[in-house]
Amino acid sequence: MSPVEDAAAEKPRHRPSRAPRTPMPERDARERAMTFDEVGLGYTEEMAVAEANRCIQCKNPTCIEGCPVNIDIKSFIAGIIEGDYTRAIAVLKERNALPAVCGRVCPQEEQCEASCVLARKGEPVAIGRLERWLGDFDLSCDLEHRCAPVVGEPSGRRVAVVGSGPAGLACAGELRRFGHAVTVFESLHAPGGVLTYGIPEFRLPKAIVQAEIEMLEVMGVELVTDVVVGATYTLDDLLGEEGFDAVFVGNGAGLPMFLGVPGENLNGVYSANEFLTRVNLMKAYEFPTYDTPVARGRKVAVVGGGNVAMDAARTAKRLGAEEVFLVYRRSEDEMPARREEVHHAREEGIEFKMLCSPAEIVGRDGFVTGMVATRMELTEPDASGRRAPVCVLDSDFTIECDTVIIALGTRANPLLSQTTPDLEVSSRGYIVTDEDGATNKPGVFAGGDIVTGSATVILAMGAGKKAAQAIDRWLDATKRS
Amino acid sequence: MFPIVYQRQLSASVFEMGVTAPAIARKARAGQFLMLRVDEHGERIPLTFSDWSAEEGWVRFIFMRVGKTTHQLSHLVAGDSLVDVVGPLGVATHVEGLGRVAVMGGGVGAAVAYPVARAMAEAGAEVTVILGARNRELLILEDEFRALPIKELIVMTDDGSAGEKGLVTAPLKRLCEAGEIDSSMAIGPAIMMKFCAATTKEFDVPITVSLNPIMVDGTGMCGACRVSVGGETKFGCVDGPDFDGHAVDFEQLMSRQRVYSDIEREADADFSKECSCHL
Ligand SMILES: Cc1cc2nc3c(=O)[nH]c(=O)nc-3n(C[C@H](O)[C@H](O)[C@H](O)COP(=O)(O)OP(=O)(O)OC[C@H]3O[C@@H](n4cnc5c(N)ncnc54)[C@H](O)[C@@H]3O)c2cc1C
Ligand SMILES: Cc1cc2nc3c(=O)[nH]c(=O)nc-3n(C[C@H](O)[C@H](O)[C@H](O)COP(=O)(O)OP(=O)(O)OC[C@H]3O[C@@H](n4cnc5c(N)ncnc54)[C@H](O)[C@@H]3O)c2cc1C
Ligand code: SF4
Ligand code: SF4
Ligand code: FES
Repeated sequence: MSPVEDAAAEKPRHRPSRAPRTPMPERDARERAMTFDEVGLGYTEEMAVAEANRCIQCKNPTCIEGCPVNIDIKSFIAGIIEGDYTRAIAVLKERNALPAVCGRVCPQEEQCEASCVLARKGEPVAIGRLERWLGDFDLSCDLEHRCAPVVGEPSGRRVAVVGSGPAGLACAGELRRFGHAVTVFESLHAPGGVLTYGIPEFRLPKAIVQAEIEMLEVMGVELVTDVVVGATYTLDDLLGEEGFDAVFVGNGAGLPMFLGVPGENLNGVYSANEFLTRVNLMKAYEFPTYDTPVARGRKVAVVGGGNVAMDAARTAKRLGAEEVFLVYRRSEDEMPARREEVHHAREEGIEFKMLCSPAEIVGRDGFVTGMVATRMELTEPDASGRRAPVCVLDSDFTIECDTVIIALGTRANPLLSQTTPDLEVSSRGYIVTDEDGATNKPGVFAGGDIVTGSATVILAMGAGKKAAQAIDRWLDATKRS
Repeated sequence: MFPIVYQRQLSASVFEMGVTAPAIARKARAGQFLMLRVDEHGERIPLTFSDWSAEEGWVRFIFMRVGKTTHQLSHLVAGDSLVDVVGPLGVATHVEGLGRVAVMGGGVGAAVAYPVARAMAEAGAEVTVILGARNRELLILEDEFRALPIKELIVMTDDGSAGEKGLVTAPLKRLCEAGEIDSSMAIGPAIMMKFCAATTKEFDVPITVSLNPIMVDGTGMCGACRVSVGGETKFGCVDGPDFDGHAVDFEQLMSRQRVYSDIEREADADFSKECSCHL
């Protein structure tokens, strides 16, 4: 019997509350559209306990299957119900090293919460919000009182991790638990990957990312920024001269895609990556205190319908844009962004121009003045149920704007694979691995967006962790005698 | 932290600096660049290697003081440090099997031309170097070029205060006309590279140009550095910085370089107000 069930057995039977789902307080839409402060304010302890008490502690907790890393959700909620937060955090961290991050950015409504039994009849338990509350609770403690995973006995083996995004960080933490020495190499000047340069402050405060990374450093992970693997060192240098026994590659899918329409290189046209990097990583919103500039558009058109497009649109608004348009080829129902983000964007005054496809960007003296868009309509669903957008004849119209942000997704950056010709990549440049993250090159493992294409934080973390376990087995099998 | 080990002023607004960066020094090759940040509030800016030593673990670059970051940089001396130095970035200049080649360095572009000419000469090319500057004061690295095993050094100034009076395109045209070069390379301001490309085009002499679009990361992640080459969009930092000069859209490059001129000028003016040097 696990300690959790043990404890539950001694306590009086839990009586679930029938109250509706506890809402999370949010900053007012009008106020927040002017600041980069976080939108969601998080539960108070009372709210967290009230929400936890809605959980019926199912015999067969289906929620767990909905979580890509199978967090023992039932147990961590039990911890909150019983007031044993330390245990609850330990349960969480057993599977997820960055709960304060995932509690904020996981698409919970499609994952754990979609699988909660209460979702069938009404509103599921707000698992993500509880996770966030616990993660924040942990981070609010002094470093020495936080829940730190136990580091293993030194194994004498060294592993290099390429990239400090969620995949690399999760892999590094897990490798320390096995006692391997870990060095993370990051090409930018700050660690965190998309958590740092992509997802904006108002959705994921950088102080949280920083605190989670500090924890890894306390666990003995060595972090080296300003190193581009493929340039400063090749993968073979790491495995040779630099003396690493294995390498995990988690370099993400960071190469931005463009539309390929005329006028795309006019001044004022940004990839979402550039726009968000200037603002988040380089802190351009504090120019000139910080030295990096960004165009503060008056009228901004954002092309795309995913989380990245929402982030770019809401960021542009916060930089002072009067009007921000979201231009998307399909209708709102097909938008891949999280519902919550779409809702927030609407509340903040982002205008949705659905069923529109950019045909050309026009300008004067080298600067953008507008975007010509074509109206689209959706075909009847095909066999797979997908409705394809097709152009409506002679429907072009112009959206007046001075900034265009293109958020069409990203592809694999070839920098690393080009300098490692014997590493197998797919036709689209993604690294090919087996189920455990092993590549065709002995001692080289990979995971996260560079393997799957753009996905989610939790999937990247899951892949990093799984690869760490495979690396541990591989190191064991290749022990020097 | 990357300690500065060497600093030297080459002209009123041009400086050379050396920093300790052993891993980068081991990999650096002619035509590649680094990105640096002066301090925690700093911008990331690209600068090309002017020299390096794998044995001693340092890299050098030469920069012109044009805005806030290069202004700050010009105040640092040996013993100070930079928070970030990343590299080597970009594709190295192609230097093998070139035969007879002319290398044009305009203004601070001479700094980049220096290791390129050296690498070409080492690879067996017969190199003619043409340096261009507004006047004698702004001419840099003349002695260093003279010490290289190159065929000839031609110096051009706008006012005739050193070498011949005129633009680099004049001797370039002579060489093309006389059939004395098989290929060429131009490094300098966009406008100078544009005219070099036009000159060589007439004679069907290939030309490589080293482009300097505005960059953010320098690793292919943002697309700020995109340039049009032969109608296709390329990323200056990972596909370049070297491109076929006859295919580059220079007008677009020049336009994109100006995108932040106004706001950058403000930032530098603010900085200069507090700064004790006389720019
Ligand atoms: C704007 C935006 C919003 C998003 N919102 C959400 C969300 O709400 N929820 C969600 O679940 N997911 C979201 N995602 C997706 C999620 O962030 C990614 O799926 C996840 O970060 C992938 O993790 P990763 O570790 O594979 O790569 P990344 O996070 O991309 O990290 C890769 C790291 O490797 C570094 N690197 C790259 N090349 C090299 C090299 N050669 N040498 C050394 N280092 C290198 C990079 O600089 C980077 O730091 C969003 C993505 C973006 C861009
Ligand atoms: C691959 C590459 C290699 C380079 N190598 C060198 C070098 O070896 N030596 C050197 O002196 N400079 C070099 N540059 C240019 C150098 O990066 C810029 O001068 C520098 O970024 C200016 O920063 P700043 O803050 O001082 O000026 P800012 O205030 O940013 O700009 C001042 C003025 O310079 C212009 N400018 C800004 N960035 C660039 C740029 N990237 N290219 C051209 N003009 C720009 C602006 O439009 C503005 O008018 C290189 C650029 C690239 C892309
Ligand atoms: S990690 Fe994500 S999916 Fe898993 S329980 Fe937490 S919020 Fe749900
Ligand atoms: S499925 Fe829902 S109610 Fe059941 S244990 Fe999981 S969170 Fe609680
Ligand atoms: S500078 Fe960002 S992609 Fe080239």
